[in-house]
Amino acid sequence: MKPPDFTYHAPETVPDVLGLLATLENARLLAGGQSLMPMLAMRFAFPDHVIDLNRVAALGFIEHHGATLRIGAMTRQRDLLNHPAIRRHVPLLTEALAHVGHRQTRNRGTIGGSLCHLDPAAELVSVATALDAVIEIAGPSGTRDVPMAAFPLGYMTPSIGPDELVTAIRIPLPPAGHGAGFLEFSRRHGDFAIVSAAALLTRNSSGRIASAVITLGGVGAVPLRLAEAEASLIGETPTAPAFARAAAAARGIDAMEDALIPAWYRTRLAVTLTGRALAAAAARLS
Amino acid sequence: MNGFPDARLLGRDIPRQEDPKLIRGAGRFVDDIDLPGLLHAAFVRSPHAHAAITSIDTADAAALPGVHAVWTLDDLAPHLADTRLVVAMPSPSYRLELHRPVLARTEVVHVGEPIAVVIAENRYIAEDAAALVAVEYDVLDVVADCAAALQPGSPTAHRDAPSNLVADMTIGYGAVDDAFATAPHRVQERLWIHRGGSHSMECRGLVAVPDPLEDRLTVWNSTQMPHAARRLLCDILGLHERQIRVVTPDVGGGFGPKLIFYPEDVGVSLAARLLQRPVKWIEDRREHFVATTQERDQAWDVEMATDAEGRILAIRGTVIHDHGAWTARGVNVPQGAVSAMPLAYVVPAFRMQILAASTNKVPVTPVRGAGQPQGVFAMERLLDAAARTLNIDRAEIRRRNLVPSAAMPYETPIRTRGGIAVTLDSGDYPACQQMALDGADWDGFPARRTEARTRNLYRGIGLANYVEATGRGPYEHVSIRIEPSGRIFVATGAAAMGQSTETMLAQIVAEQLGADLSNITVTTGDTAAAPAGIGGSNSRQAVMAGSSAHAAALRLRERVLDIAGELMEVAPADLDIVGREVQVKGVAQMRRSLAEIARSVAGTAGFVLPGQAGPGLAASEELVIDAMTYANGTAVAEVEIDIETGAISVVNLVFGHDCGRALQPRLVEGQLMGGIAHGLGNALFEFMAYDENAQPLTTTLAEYLLMTATEMPRVTILHMESPSPLNALGIKGVGEAGVIPIGAAVASAIDDALAGFGVTIDRLPISPVDLLKLLDAARER
Amino acid sequence: MTRKVTLTVNGTVRSASLPDRKTLADLLRQDLGLTGTHLGCETGLCGACTILLDGRAVRSCLMLAVQAEGHSIITVEGLAPSATELHPLQQAFCDEHALQCGFCTPGLLTTLVEFLHDVPDPSAAEIREAISGNLCRCTGYDTIVKATLSAAARMRAP
Repeated sequence: MKPPDFTYHAPETVPDVLGLLATLENARLLAGGQSLMPMLAMRFAFPDHVIDLNRVAALGFIEHHGATLRIGAMTRQRDLLNHPAIRRHVPLLTEALAHVGHRQTRNRGTIGGSLCHLDPAAELVSVATALDAVIEIAGPSGTRDVPMAAFPLGYMTPSIGPDELVTAIRIPLPPAGHGAGFLEFSRRHGDFAIVSAAALLTRNSSGRIASAVITLGGVGAVPLRLAEAEASLIGETPTAPAFARAAAAARGIDAMEDALIPAWYRTRLAVTLTGRALAAAAARLS
Repeated sequence: MNGFPDARLLGRDIPRQEDPKLIRGAGRFVDDIDLPGLLHAAFVRSPHAHAAITSIDTADAAALPGVHAVWTLDDLAPHLADTRLVVAMPSPSYRLELHRPVLARTEVVHVGEPIAVVIAENRYIAEDAAALVAVEYDVLDVVADCAAALQPGSPTAHRDAPSNLVADMTIGYGAVDDAFATAPHRVQERLWIHRGGSHSMECRGLVAVPDPLEDRLTVWNSTQMPHAARRLLCDILGLHERQIRVVTPDVGGGFGPKLIFYPEDVGVSLAARLLQRPVKWIEDRREHFVATTQERDQAWDVEMATDAEGRILAIRGTVIHDHGAWTARGVNVPQGAVSAMPLAYVVPAFRMQILAASTNKVPVTPVRGAGQPQGVFAMERLLDAAARTLNIDRAEIRRRNLVPSAAMPYETPIRTRGGIAVTLDSGDYPACQQMALDGADWDGFPARRTEARTRNLYRGIGLANYVEATGRGPYEHVSIRIEPSGRIFVATGAAAMGQSTETMLAQIVAEQLGADLSNITVTTGDTAAAPAGIGGSNSRQAVMAGSSAHAAALRLRERVLDIAGELMEVAPADLDIVGREVQVKGVAQMRRSLAEIARSVAGTAGFVLPGQAGPGLAASEELVIDAMTYANGTAVAEVEIDIETGAISVVNLVFGHDCGRALQPRLVEGQLMGGIAHGLGNALFEFMAYDENAQPLTTTLAEYLLMTATEMPRVTILHMESPSPLNALGIKGVGEAGVIPIGAAVASAIDDALAGFGVTIDRLPISPVDLLKLLDAARER
Repeated sequence: MTRKVTLTVNGTVRSASLPDRKTLADLLRQDLGLTGTHLGCETGLCGACTILLDGRAVRSCLMLAVQAEGHSIITVEGLAPSATELHPLQQAFCDEHALQCGFCTPGLLTTLVEFLHDVPDPSAAEIREAISGNLCRCTGYDTIVKATLSAAARMRAP
C-alpha cells in the first residue's frame, strides 16, 4: 500500500498556494494528511501534484475577537481541543473534538482538512453546521465567505473550486449562558460516528427556550439540521417531554444505509441521540 | 501459587529474554531485513470472487522502468515440481480435492487470489506495475454463503466441481436417537457463529536470499512452522532440505494463519532463485484481509436431551462449515469445534455431522482457538436453553453436568484428528467454576442489576465453561549444547511469535544448568539450528518443547556432573551446578567452570576423553507425547445494555482457569489476557463481512474492528493448578484458552440482561444492530 | 521525482535522497535504517508507526518523507538515554510484561512518552484514551496501562 507517483510542492504563502492551484492540473491539497494519505496509500486518489499546506504559516491561528472565533484552516485539532477560550465560549466544539480520532491523528489533523474532506460522519463537520460557521475561501479573484449550510454540495463534495483554498473558519460565539450537548454513537472510542447529534439551547428570562439548534451527523450525505424541531422548541420549557417531541421529528429523516448499518438503525439512533443531546444541553444552561 | 516450590526458576516470573531488543526497537522482524541488491515483490490479485481468466497481459507492467520480472503461472510452471500447494492434512472425510495453485491461471475462486507476481526495485514500483497487468475475466456465479452452498441447485465455487461439499464427517458415540426418543426434555438451537481473521499486528512476509555459490536458498519467513515450510518448499521447488534454510525472525504475532504455507512463499522463493537476487515480499494490511486465511462462518443446528434435573442424556446435530475456496490446511477447524463441544461435561451420547462447504472466499484455517470457541458456544447455548426451560440456575445445571474431579483421568469416546483417544488428564472443573462464580460475586448480582436500572441500563451476568485440548504431539525438538566457552546454546523446532518461547525454554534449561539466564542463548525457528521440528500451534510449545527441553537439560546436567565428578574426584551426587560453575555442595571454593568441563570433553587428538559417555557437552531430545493435555476454565461476564442504541458494554469479566502448573504466572496471565481480548472482539466487534457476491466489505482496520484499550472491561484472572500427569513438568498449554469461552459467556450475560424481553442470542458476533433486531422481534412476539 | 531531505532524527542530522511519494515511515526504515518504527497497516489505523515529530506523537505512515524537511524526529531508538539504560517507560514495560511480540510496542512507547509529558499524573482511564489509537493483539492492554501508571510515578518522583 504505497502512494502512486506525484510531484510534491511546499508553498509558504497563500498567494503561492493559489498560484500553484491556478497552474497545476490534477493537484490535491495536503493538510493534516489523516484522510488524504490513506487514500493515496490505498490508491483511491491519483493526483499528479500534491500541494502541502503545512508550511503556510499564515493558515495556523486561533483568534478570538468579540463575538467571533476565527480559526485558521491549518489549525491542528489538538490545539483546538486544548484551547481555553474555545472550551469556555464554544464548549460544543471542545466536546466534539474529544471524539475526533485519536491523540496521534488530532496532533496532525486540521479543522480545514476535516471540513474539506466533508465526511458526513465527521464531528467537526457536524459541529460547524450546528454553530453556523462561515467558511472563508480564497481564490484567484479574491476571497469569499460561504455559510456552512451552503458549503456541502453533496456527499463529500464541498463548495470549493479547483483553484480555491479554504483559509479560515469563522464561528459566531453562542450567547453566554447557552447550553450545548454533543452525543455520538460509534462502535469504539475514536471511530467515526455512526450517528452524532449536536444541540444548542438558549433560554429567555422566563426560563423558556429562546433558541434551539439540532444537527445530526452521519445520517445523510451532509449534516442535517432539524429545522422544524428547532422551531417547535421555541417557547417550550426545557424539559424531557418537549425534548421527546422534538426528538420524534428525527423519525422522519431519510437516513442513508451502508453495507453494515441499515437506515432504520441510523434513524433510531438519531431519535435517541437527539433527545439525549437536548437533555445534555439543557443541563448546561446557566 | 507456585507449582514448583523447590525450584530455582520454575514457577517464578523472570525477565524475558526477548525484551532487551524489542523494547529498544532493535528486534529483527522480516521487513527489517535489508540486503544489498534486494528486490521487492507485489502480487496481482483477483478483484472477482469467481471468474474464468480469459487472458493475462503483462507487457505494460514488464516495460515499466525498475521492473525486473512479471510472471504468471505459465512462467513459473517449468520450474515447479507441482503447480499446486498440496498441504491438506489427512482425513477420510474429504469429498473434494481442493489444492490451491501457486498462481491462478484459468479460474479465480476468491477475491485476493494471486494471479501474477511482480518483482521490482522497490515496493512502490512493484505496485505501479501490478496495476498495469491486464487480466480479462468472464465472471462466474458465486457461492457466498456456506449453508446455501449445500442447497440443491447452488452454483459451485469451482466451475468443474460436482458440488460444494468438501468434506462430510460424523463424530459421535452412544445410542443418541434412543436417548432422544425417551428423554423427558429437549432443547434446540440454530446458531450462526462467525470468527474473523487473526490480524497479528505484523502481516505475513518473507525474504528469500539465494546463494549461487552453494546453490542454496535462505528464506526468512514470518511463519509459525519453519520446518514444514522448508519441507513444502523443497517438494515444490524440487530441492533437497540441505539446499533450503527457513529462518523465522522475530514474528509480530501469529494467532494461527501463519502456520499455513502460502502461494506467496513459493512465488517469492522461486523468484529469488530465478533472478539470483534477494527478494522481499511484505503483505500489506489490505492483502491480509483477502489473502491470509481466516475462520469465518459456521451454521449449527443442535439439539440436547436432558432428564428432569437437567442432566444431559444426548446431543445431536449438524454443523455446516465455511471451508473457503481451497483446502489450505484441512477439516481441523470444524473437527476441533465439534470435539470441543461436549468436553467439559458428561455427555452419554453424542452425534454431530460436519459438512464442510466450499465458498468463493479466502480459505479457512485455524485462528487462535481453532474452532473450539464455536463448539463451546454451541454447548453453552444449549445449557442455557435447558436451564431456562427447566427453570434451573445456569450455574447449577452446569455443576450437575461437569465432569467430576473423581472421574479423572476421564476417557471420552472421542478421538483426535490423529485417532488418539481424548482423555481428560486432570482438573477439578466444578471447583474451577465455583472459583470463578465466587470471584464474580455471582450470588450478589441482583443488586447490581437493580442499580443499573437506575442508570437506564439493563445489566446481565453469564458464564461459560471450556475444556481445551493443548500440547498437540507428536514431539518437538530441543537440543542443548554447552560450548567450550561455557555458554549454553539451546535450539528448537518450536517457533516464537510473541509467546515468550525463548524465555520459557531458557528458564527450563537454566533450572537444571546453573540458573544463570544470562548464560543462555535460545534459537527458535531456524531449520539450520534444529534438524526437525513441528512449530507453533495448538497451545503446544511449552508442553512439547518445554518437555523436551526439560528432559534434555536433566540428561545434560547428569553428564556435566559425571564429568566434573571425574575431573574433581568427587561423587556426582555431591556436586551442583551454580551459575557457570560446578561446585561441591557446601564447599563453594571447590569448583570447576562449565567452560573447563566443556573443554575437557571437546577432545584432543590422541588423548583419552574423561567420563564414559563420549565427547562434547550436548543433549538433544524429541520427547514423544501423543496424548493431549486438557486445560479448563470458566468465564463469568457481566454486561450492561442500552436498549435504545443496542450498545453492549462488558463491564466485568472473571476468568477462572486451570492450565496445570504455571511455569511463569505473569506469562500465563499475559497469554490469557490477549486471548480474552480476542474473545471479546469475536463476541462483539470482529466481523469479516462479505456481500452476496462474496466481495469483502471489511478490508481496513477501520471497518474490521479490533479491540482497543478503551473497550476492554475490568478483567480478573483466577488460577487453579491441577498438574498434568502426561509430562514431567505437569504443565498444560495456555496460548489459546483465553479466547474460547468469552463469546459464550457474553451471550449468556446478554440473555440474562434482556430476559424480561425474551431475547436469546443465537449468533456471534453480536452488533448493536443485531441486538435491536432481536429486541424488536421479541417485542412483536 | 527525487529530492534531498534533511532532518534531525534522535538528535542527529540525517539526509536522504528520495522520491516525493515516499512516506516518512519508509524513510526512517529504509533510508535511515531505523527499523524500530513498524508498519502494521499503512493507513493510520493501527498506531504501530507512531513517532515524535517536534515532540508530538504522529503516525509516520501518514506523512510524506519530504514533509519532515527541517523537523526533529524521535523514534523508539531514541528513547533510551544510553545503551545500558532504558527510558522509565521502557523499563516499566519490561517489568510489567507489557509487550509480547513487540511489534506494536514502539508506537505505544512514543505515544505514551508524549502523553506523560502532557499528563504527568494520569488515571488509568486517561491512559486508555491516550492509547485508543494503538492496536495490540497480544496483551489485552492491561499490562500496558499498569506499566504506564508505574512509569508515571517514577517520572514524577523528585
